[in-house]
Parts: sequence; structure tokens; C-alpha cells
Amino acid sequence: MALSVDIEKRLGAFRLCVSFEAGDEAFGLLGASGCGKSMTLKCIAGIERPDRGRIVLDGRVLFDSAGHIDMPVRKRRVGYLFQDYALFPNMTVFDNLCCGIPGNRRERRRKAGEYLERFYLTGLEEHYPWQLSGGQRQRAALARMLAAKPDILMLDEPFTALDNDLKWQLERELMDVISRFGGTTLFVSHDRNEAYRLTERIAVMEAGALVEVRDKRELFAGPRTLAAALLTGCKNVTRIERRADGRFFAADWGIFLKAERGMETAGYAGFRAHYFEPAVEDAPENVLECEILRVVEDTFSVIVLFRQKGNPAAGDRSLLRYELSKEAWSRLEGQGCQTLRLRIPPEKLMLLERRDALGTGNEG
Amino acid sequence: MDFSPFWISLKVAFCATLLAFVLGLAAARLVSALRRGRFVLDGILSLPMVLPPTVVGFFLLLLFGNRGILGRALALAGVSVLFTWQGAVISAAAVSFPLLYRTARGAFEQVDPDLVFAARTLGMGELRIFFRILLPAAWPGVMAGTVLAFARAMGEFGATVMLAGNIPGRTQTMSIAVYSAVQGGNRALAYRWVCVILAISFATLLLLNLLTERQKTGRRDSRWRFR
Repeated sequence: MALSVDIEKRLGAFRLCVSFEAGDEAFGLLGASGCGKSMTLKCIAGIERPDRGRIVLDGRVLFDSAGHIDMPVRKRRVGYLFQDYALFPNMTVFDNLCCGIPGNRRERRRKAGEYLERFYLTGLEEHYPWQLSGGQRQRAALARMLAAKPDILMLDEPFTALDNDLKWQLERELMDVISRFGGTTLFVSHDRNEAYRLTERIAVMEAGALVEVRDKRELFAGPRTLAAALLTGCKNVTRIERRADGRFFAADWGIFLKAERGMETAGYAGFRAHYFEPAVEDAPENVLECEILRVVEDTFSVIVLFRQKGNPAAGDRSLLRYELSKEAWSRLEGQGCQTLRLRIPPEKLMLLERRDALGTGNEG
Repeated sequence: MDFSPFWISLKVAFCATLLAFVLGLAAARLVSALRRGRFVLDGILSLPMVLPPTVVGFFLLLLFGNRGILGRALALAGVSVLFTWQGAVISAAAVSFPLLYRTARGAFEQVDPDLVFAARTLGMGELRIFFRILLPAAWPGVMAGTVLAFARAMGEFGATVMLAGNIPGRTQTMSIAVYSAVQGGNRALAYRWVCVILAISFATLLLLNLLTERQKTGRRDSRWRFR
């Protein structure tokens, strides 16, 4: 039971070029909006047609440009959960479910009843989609999708435009569905937390290409590319230049850096906002002398925005972000030292690959 | 007063609308699903709307006349539509077809494409998708097009005269009766038919407004979408 995808599609200036394999697992596609995540799902479902490539699901060839195979959508047996669920507005919940169930009328009614019960929709059979709450609507769409017995589940940003409480409730329900399904599940999202909670492996997508496909824990602990670092929530990044003595000069931050592991192809460095350590003394590298620009109080933390003192570099990246608990911040303030110095522990500094060569010509 | 033009008009308009309905929906679905060549095909299908009805009638004569392709085929079956009410139906259908086709296509294209995609992923066949999902979702627009087509078929004159002629009691519709009455100097008769046509046309427009108004305010799906 596995999915193997290797496709290419051109859409104006945008080029989608995606290749990955997924087994019986929850697999996430993480990327900014417009990077081609949904397009990838649509190609697998057959809604969009790739220009070139091959898609194989559980040994069935769904698409193969070389062999001129392009299986119709209805024969692919893919479960697709659309962003706003795409329940048929002119049909009751019951009829919506029946649409995907093969077999005769009696068989359909029996199966539909089963799934209604499983998704706590009993009593709502005769309701129309617009009469349902947001949660009921998602359950109806999930029930309809699963009643059609798909070989793969594809979830296309199911939680956008929902308020937080509902999102959390629906997310838990979706977790149950994914673990009960047991087959391949593709989950598309631009929200790193969502993707982390719901999937095991994550593919980071940027401008139509997969830049990193890894176990989610490894990915969040040590992203290798700039895109992955930003998508996993790294707030501080800088361009770096390698110097003869083995140190790096952080061009945006205006200081020298030392990292634990070197990387020949590194073009950027990233550092997470909550890993800074207050330092007592200045040092030739990895220490920032802060010119504090603003202190923002967040719900449970404090965000300090600062620059390296005397840094000539301008631009967004020269602005650094330090996040700490409110208690820690008041302790720091209490010490009353004149300038705040922050140390970057070398083991926490992430060296990131230059991806310029691979990301050429792709926008949006 | 001879009421036959009224009944002939009604009969012709109903049959023509039915014919245009079936062909118009089929054409609308076909063109909205096309990826290439839709501009040209759309132009050809909409042509009867902008052509003078006499030109449409001329083409129909070429097609259905004794030497036309369809005329000869029908002659084999022992049928001729020239100077019959069936000929009037064909003329009216040809002229009102573009109105139905265009409004139906617009309505189909406004249906959320995800609905059709979702139906396909559920394994539904194209025919079932059309009748169970696309048509119900586009229904208000399709109905508006049907009413327009009916009104146009009621008022058809030029193409009808060319193909079906002006035979009182057989092919003389109301609009042709007005023409005949004026030609024959019977002003009083012309006035009467004009009043009947005015009343019917206005009633149809009211019905059309009612339908489009409902389409705007009563669309269920706009209520259950999130944004």
C-alpha cells in the first residue's frame, strides 16, 4: 500500500515539479499559499492533468504520460476533502452520503446509515448542508468521503476560515479518522502546528518544488533549507559569508558566527527566537549587543525586537526577535544592566542550504 | 375574431422552447467543458441571436428545403416541414436557442467547480453528475434562460415566414397576424393582436424578474458557505 508521485506541470510562469513516495502514513505537504500544494493533490485526484510524469497508487497506475494512461477521476478511488467540503447543496445529508456508495438502493441505504451513525449524524439525515453547523458539515463530508471506500485520503486545508475552538474540535475528529483509516493520508496545510500534530512525515514545498521531505521531528529540530526554517517557524534568518578562519559573517545581523557543524553549501543561518541566552560578557562571535527597538507583550510571553548595535545592514532580516516568558523578562529588567547582550549557542544555530539554483524562475 | 393565431403561437412557442431547452442545455454543457475551441464554437452557436431572422430563415430553407440535406432526409420518411406548423417550431427554436444556451452556460459556469470534482472523486458518472448536481445547482439560471427563450419564440416572425409561410389557420402566428392585418388595412384586428402580445410579453418579463430575484436572494448555498 503506497503512493508514488513523480510529476511535472507548467502553468504560465509557474512550474510544478514534485516527486515523493508515501506509505501507509499521514504525510503532510507544508508550504505557503500558492506554492502548488493543492495543485499536487489535484493532479493525484485527476482533477488537474500533469504535463509529464507518473502516479501510482497501490500498484494501480493512475497517470503515466509515457504510457498514455490517464485514469478518469471516478475510477481512481481517491477520497478528497475540499476546503469548504463541497457538500451538494440540493441534497440532504443522507443523499449526499449515498452518492459515493456503489451497489443497489438497499445496499446504499444500509451503508449510508452505518456511516451516519459512525459520524454522529443520526437524526440529521433529512437536513440540508446549509442547516448544519460547521462541525456537522465536516463530519458529513468525511462520512461521504469514507463511505465511498477510497484507497487514499487527501485533505486540502480543511481548517482554513474556521474559528479556533471549532478548529481544535475538528482537528481531533480528523485525527481519529486518519488513524482509523490506516492507509495513505495526504494532508495539505500552510500551518506548521496543524501539520505537525496531524502527520508523521512532512514535505516542505516552495515555489512548486519539494525542498525537504523528512520525519517531522527531524524537520522541526534541524531544517536544512531556508524555506523549511521559515515554515517551521524560525523567526531569525541571515545571509552568511564564509571567512578564511572558518567563521561565518552574518551579513544581515552584522556579527560573526560559529556553528557546531560546518556545511559547505550553507548560504543562510537561522536561529529560533526562544533559544537566545542572556550573556554577561561580550565575545568575538555569537554574541549580539542589542539595540532594543520595541518590546511587545504577547498573551503568555514577551517579544523583544532588536538590532545589533552599529549594524549598517538594513532590511527586515537585520531585525531580530527574542521571545521569552514574562517572568524571565521581568528578571532581566530587574537586573538593570545597561545593554542587553544575547548569546547564540553554536549547537542551536541552524546552517541552511542555499536553494537559489533549484528555485529559479518560480513565483507565486 | 379567429383565435387560431393565438393557439398556433402557443403551440409553436411551447414546442420550440422544449426543443431549444434540450439542445441548449446539451450545447451549454459541452461548451463549458471544452478547453480548446470554445470561442469559435460559442460564436457559431450564438450566431442566430445576432443574425437577422430572415437570414436564419434563409439558412433553414437551405437545410430543410426540397434540395437541402435535412429536407431530403425527411422526404425519405415522407415528411416535409415547409409551410407546416412544425416548420414554424424549427424556426422559432433556431432563433431562441442561443438565448437558452447562453444563459444556461453562464449558470453552469457559476456552479462551484469543486461540487463537480467532489462528485467525480465519489465515483459518480458524468450523466448522473449533470442531472443530480450541475442542473439543480444551475436551475434558477436555466429557468431564466427558458423563459427568455419562450418569449423570443412567441415573438418570432422573420424566420417563421421564410420557412412556414403565412397560412391562416395553419402557420399564421400572432406576430404574423399583426403583419397580415396591417397589410390588409384591418387596424382594429391589428390592435387586438398587439394588445394580446403586449400582455403575454409583459407577463413573461415579470416571471423572469421573479426568477432572477429569487436567484439573487434565495440561493441556499450562499448561506452555508463560510465566506
